[in-house]
Parts: sequence; structure tokens; C-alpha cells
Amino acid sequence: MIIASKKPIEEIIQEVKDYKRLLILGCNECVTVCEAGGKKEVEVLASALRMHFIKEGEEKKIDERTLERQCDHEYLEEIRDVVDQYDAILSLACGVGVQFTAEKYHSTPLLPGVNTCFLGANEQRGMWTERCQACGSCVLARTGGICPISRCAKRVMNGPCGGSGRGKCEINKELDCAWQLIIDRLRDLGRLDDYEIVAPIKDWSTERSGGPRKVVREDVQV
Amino acid sequence: MRLKCPANFRIIRLPCTGKIDVIHILRAFEKGADGVYVVGCMEGDCHFKSGNFRARKRVEQASKILDKIGVGGERVKMYNLSSGEGPLFAQYSIEMDKKIRELGPNPVKTALQAKKKAA
Ligand code: SF4
Ligand code: SF4
Repeated sequence: MIIASKKPIEEIIQEVKDYKRLLILGCNECVTVCEAGGKKEVEVLASALRMHFIKEGEEKKIDERTLERQCDHEYLEEIRDVVDQYDAILSLACGVGVQFTAEKYHSTPLLPGVNTCFLGANEQRGMWTERCQACGSCVLARTGGICPISRCAKRVMNGPCGGSGRGKCEINKELDCAWQLIIDRLRDLGRLDDYEIVAPIKDWSTERSGGPRKVVREDVQV
Repeated sequence: MRLKCPANFRIIRLPCTGKIDVIHILRAFEKGADGVYVVGCMEGDCHFKSGNFRARKRVEQASKILDKIGVGGERVKMYNLSSGEGPLFAQYSIEMDKKIRELGPNPVKTALQAKKKAA
């Protein structure tokens, strides 16, 4: 899923201070699971902001709403009839959600309430780690199911590099060397022969370096 | 056992302190409470294993938020005691009452009251 982290409340206060009527808009998917922008976080942030501005003697209307998703037209349409009641929307969805909401409601300022971090997994309670960089042409079949692009600091395709030591990466002693993990797993799977195959030069045009990307599926279009 | 406690706090019962969430604490302040304290079982004695640890974390989170918005993080506190410790319960309430009196009223409540008066 998409992992996000909460923006500091001081930063949010600065961003919203000039708007009198504010809608805090949560998202029920990724950001709910990573506890950054779901209904609960919307409630807590709204309550904190209300208290802050009351205390400052400022008159503000701060409302809460959480949509099923903010990256889909149909759910975003649910706020069409109330959007005029607000001077700004503070979206707690990922950057995709914030932008899609902004595109749909062109005349309403949209502010991000979270920092969108990466595509990752919920490794343990309260800890999320990166697993994929959406390169657009997955090589996991050859690398023992471990991604050298997101988990190797240098994105080495035929690793490890010379900085791998005792299973750790040279950039950080706590960080596993992705290529050590790959070799260990290939060995456990009895597939070390895969390691001997030199990876061809990767086509990075499917990655961000090829510019903004698009997936078109005519087979499902109606 | 008849114990003297301050009469100005309201007890809200929970099945386990693990049920408490940050929003419950914040709402109490939004509604004008001057302080909130959570009393859980002794650490290690939770019937649901980690309820009181969760509560402690949430009290800490609420405290941080209250600090950042200028209401004051010291207005919330977590205590632990076992069910047989009535006198300690009374003592904690006296302690909390004293601390909140020192801190003065919740500024959110004061601002709301001032606004009402002006209207
Ligand atoms: S808006 Fe972002 S957080 Fe919400 S469902 Fe879509 S991708 Fe996930
Ligand atoms: S190889 Fe590409 S698509 Fe596959 S996990 Fe790594 S970044 Fe993601």
C-alpha cells in the first residue's frame, strides 16, 4: 500500500490559518491502514485544530468527512454538494488523493495533511518499510522475490556491490543488503543458478525517468 | 472504606483502559474539562495483556497534541493501580486535582466562555 506519515500539527496550523471554513477530508484505504489519514486521524486533527483556533479567539468552521477513496471519481463526487461550504479542503489522503480532489474541485484550495512516503508493507505495529518503487517492469521472478530497486540503495541489478558487509548495506549498518537477502533466498529455494544469469540492462523508460506514466486498458474500458 | 476524594471529577468507566483513544481525551478538553487522567491496572496485570500499555501510549499522544496546540500536555496523565488500592485511587485524585488547580482552567473553556459573554 501507499505509506504516508502525519504532517506536524504546527505545519498544518500554518497552512490552514487563513481559511475560515475548512473541510478535513480523510481516506478509508491506504492512509487508514498506516494510521495517517483515516477517520480516526481526521477526528483527532479536527478536534485539535478546533481547540487551537478557539483558544486563539478565531472563529472557524472545521468539519470532518472521510471518503472510501480519494483516487476515484465516484467517491469524490460524494462531496460535490457540500464543497461550496468551504474555503479550503485539508486532505489526509496520499498525494494522489490530494491531487485528484484538487482536479475535481478546481476553485477550492487543497492542502495536504500528510507526507506521502513510499509503497511499503506494515512490517510490524507502528513500522512501515519500503518494498517497491513502481518501476513498471517487475524483476522479482529473477531476484528471489526481493526487489533490488527499492531495497538496494544503489539499485544495483547484478549485486551485491563492494559496500556489502556482514549482510548489511554500507549506507547504514541496520539496513540489510538487498543482494545478500536475494542470494540467501535463492539458495534456500535451490535456485542459485538464477543468480549466475547476468541481468540485462534494465529498460528504465517504464520507470519515472520516462516521464509521468499512464496505464491504458482498452479491454476494460466502456 | 470511606475515603475523601475531590468532588469535582467525573468517573467514566471503561471495560479496559485499552478502549481509550486519543479522540476521547481530546473531546473531553473540547467540552471544557480542565484535566483528564486515566487509571489502569498495574502494568503486567492487564486482563487483556496490553490494554494499559496501549492506554499509556494514547495518553502520551494526547499530551503531545495538547502541548502543540497550547492547551498543555500536563493536563493529562496515566496512573496505574490494582483493584484493591482504594486509598491510592483517592490519593491520585487529590494529586491530580492539585496539579490542575495549579495549571488553572482549560484555555479552550475560558475562550469559549469569554465569547459567550461577549455575545
Ligand atoms: S487516495 Fe491514496 S490513500 Fe486513498 S485509496 Fe487512493 S491511493 Fe490509497
Ligand atoms: S522490480 Fe520494480 S515493480 Fe518489482 S517490486 Fe521492484 S520496483 Fe516494484
